[in-house]
Amino acid sequence: MTETQIFEYTSGTPPEDLDADDPLHGELMKLHVGPQHPATHGVLRLAITLDGETIRDCDPDVGYLHRGKEKTCESLGWRRFIVHTDRLDYVQPLMNNVAYALALEQLAGLEVPQRGQVIRVLIMELSRIMAHLIYLGTSAIDLGAVTMFFFTFTEREKIYDLLDSYTGHRMNNTYIRMGGVYADIDDEVGREMRAWLEAFPAKIDEFEKMLTGNRIFYDRNRGVGTLTREECLAWSLTGPILRACGVEWDLRKQAPYSGYETYDFEIPIGTTGDSFDRYLVRVEEMRQSVVICLQTLDRLERTKGGEFLAEDRRYVLPPRAKVHSSMEELIFQFKVVTDMRLPAGEAYFAIESSKGELGFFLASDGTSDPLRCHIRGPGLMNVQVIPLLAKGRLLSDLVAIIGSLDFVMGEVDR
Amino acid sequence: MGSLKPATTAAHDAGFLATRADALINWGRKNSLWPMPLGLSCCGIELMAMIGPKFDIARFGAEAARFSPRQCDLLIVAGTLTWKMAHACRTIFDQMPDPKWVIAMGVCSSTGGMYDSYAVVQGVDMILPVDVYVPGCPPRPDAVIDAILKLQKKIERESPLKVLFQGRGELDEGGTREFDMPPNQAVATHRIGTFEPVAGEGGEERT
Amino acid sequence: MTAIDRITAAMAEGTFEVIEPRDGMPCVAVAADGLRALMECLRNDCGFETNTFVTAIDRSAGALAIEPCYEVTYQFLSHAHGDRIRVRVRVPLTDPKVPTITDLWPGTSFCERECYDMFGIVFEGHPDLRRLLMPEGYDHHPLRKDFPHRGIEPDRLYREWERGRAATR
Ligand code: SF4
Repeated sequence: MTETQIFEYTSGTPPEDLDADDPLHGELMKLHVGPQHPATHGVLRLAITLDGETIRDCDPDVGYLHRGKEKTCESLGWRRFIVHTDRLDYVQPLMNNVAYALALEQLAGLEVPQRGQVIRVLIMELSRIMAHLIYLGTSAIDLGAVTMFFFTFTEREKIYDLLDSYTGHRMNNTYIRMGGVYADIDDEVGREMRAWLEAFPAKIDEFEKMLTGNRIFYDRNRGVGTLTREECLAWSLTGPILRACGVEWDLRKQAPYSGYETYDFEIPIGTTGDSFDRYLVRVEEMRQSVVICLQTLDRLERTKGGEFLAEDRRYVLPPRAKVHSSMEELIFQFKVVTDMRLPAGEAYFAIESSKGELGFFLASDGTSDPLRCHIRGPGLMNVQVIPLLAKGRLLSDLVAIIGSLDFVMGEVDR
Repeated sequence: MGSLKPATTAAHDAGFLATRADALINWGRKNSLWPMPLGLSCCGIELMAMIGPKFDIARFGAEAARFSPRQCDLLIVAGTLTWKMAHACRTIFDQMPDPKWVIAMGVCSSTGGMYDSYAVVQGVDMILPVDVYVPGCPPRPDAVIDAILKLQKKIERESPLKVLFQGRGELDEGGTREFDMPPNQAVATHRIGTFEPVAGEGGEERT
Repeated sequence: MTAIDRITAAMAEGTFEVIEPRDGMPCVAVAADGLRALMECLRNDCGFETNTFVTAIDRSAGALAIEPCYEVTYQFLSHAHGDRIRVRVRVPLTDPKVPTITDLWPGTSFCERECYDMFGIVFEGHPDLRRLLMPEGYDHHPLRKDFPHRGIEPDRLYREWERGRAATR
């Protein structure tokens, strides 16, 4: 954990006092922020009641990006819905794929081969870095540090290039399949990834040089949007927001999946639970992600040539070459594509995404038509606490609060 | 891609001065497009990448992205437009000053894309006139840059002087452009969404 | 102590039923009138500090032989004990109602609003039960099985707005 007490605590004055002599004090004004506003990070609308510059009330209005994904799952079927999961939290498409695939695998009782799990961990951690870079860039730009946007996007472009050479597309890759991953990572891509991962920590130092010791960034974040542990739990918050309050809760440690228990990494936690601690936690998480990624690359070298996709023909498509040469495989292919059935029952699986607990709750009736697919995203909960944090603060603090809560509307609205 | 019209006959009839003035105005317009990035969802991230350091649309004179529609002449609808958001999108378009152009970025805003569902507008051209459609889910930033270049070619063919003196009648024929309301009025009379003003608190309403 | 043990210790016999879902998560089923008692017990005696989600399943279609109903599903997480529990309540298709739990877990507020929006299940006592995702004034509950995927007149509200705009021109 990076040292947090760089400056003394300065934002102690409650904002109410600032307004006391204001002649306009007590006159309420309603201000609508969004749904198209750069500071709301997407299409969120906030109906704010202002008293001078102090926020008296705030009502988040979500749903401007509600695309009906849960209904779509019911009509598309289990297999084809995976394409839609990319577009949930679209700053980390592959992470959502993994969460959905893991939920399916749990319902079906399917095991993922070792190498498949390692590749999944690698791209999940890359996705985490991608998501945190977006957080850094956008939250800093909201507070006036435009340069950060260019810094972080330069690095994101490099991850895009890596994913591009692995998956063939920059984002919304859909490379995870039920039972593993679509294709193996070859040596070339592995080498490129290693080179980038080794260079990246120096970049994080650079980001920190820009922000951690930056007086403006510090003052606008320290003491803003403070949450206690009890509040976090009662309001269902997870992820970096919860950890910034000093709670060591990370599903990668508490309920490991995809073999996370075998990796060596640490969970950064904060002390005060304010926006600045959330920033520190996320920066440190990026460093830890790099550590995990390097370990996965070592394992990929050791398990070269191993299986990366399960061989269960009830759920997994046979390889293309075999379909052309074997009648049996052709039938399997046909069955999986047209009528993939999952056992009847309910299953919930959650992973630690960059924003918190991302879970899928699936209910199947044993046919190929899903009965229900509920997506439990961390974003909705983060939006929910905006009023709690914003009440009594200044309007300009709202920008820092929204930035530090770090939600993506695709996942909030689904 | 869009409805590219052949060079208008008007330009040929209008004589030397008019055509030169047209060329000058068009040159200015096409090389200083100010995009209004309506980043609605995933495509918005690629739009950010396009403005970002690697793709850098400043090379094509379109880097001055402003989040206020009043200052923009190019609306880039990047992402899924839902019916709940449609009022907002239309209001933003109405608020933009003339002349204005629209790029529909991504299959979602072009046709509804993969979301054939109860909540999604099946193509922004249901509510706005679109000039260039960019396929892809999301389109690579290169593709959007290509769309901007295509739009520049389209702007070259317009005859602003004719519009100035004779109105937009002929240009409106294809149905791609319609301005059924002066922009300012749209803001004054309609709020986005269905929220009510704060009653009885002396609240002032702002959108 | 497992979650089920803790509940059995705190609750009267016969007020709930233990079921075994496919993913092995402890799960209890209660009737709608016994829900509040169970929830209070979960919150106060069993140490479930966090709600994970509130949602529903429309059981009016599907191949399973279950009487048509909405199955409201809650899931909770205990940080202290490190376990989860799922609670299931079945409510009838006509006039579905369950008591709210927002006073116990404030974080369920949006979940309940979403569930109301998507299924039309009324959470009695919720302080602010409005639609969450669909616009206000929308007439349907999209996740019900009888609602078509492509919707019923999806553009109605927009067209009304447009007509209003044209009228004030
Ligand atoms: S076109 Fe694809 S990437 Fe773009 S908004 Fe639609 S789903 Fe997202």
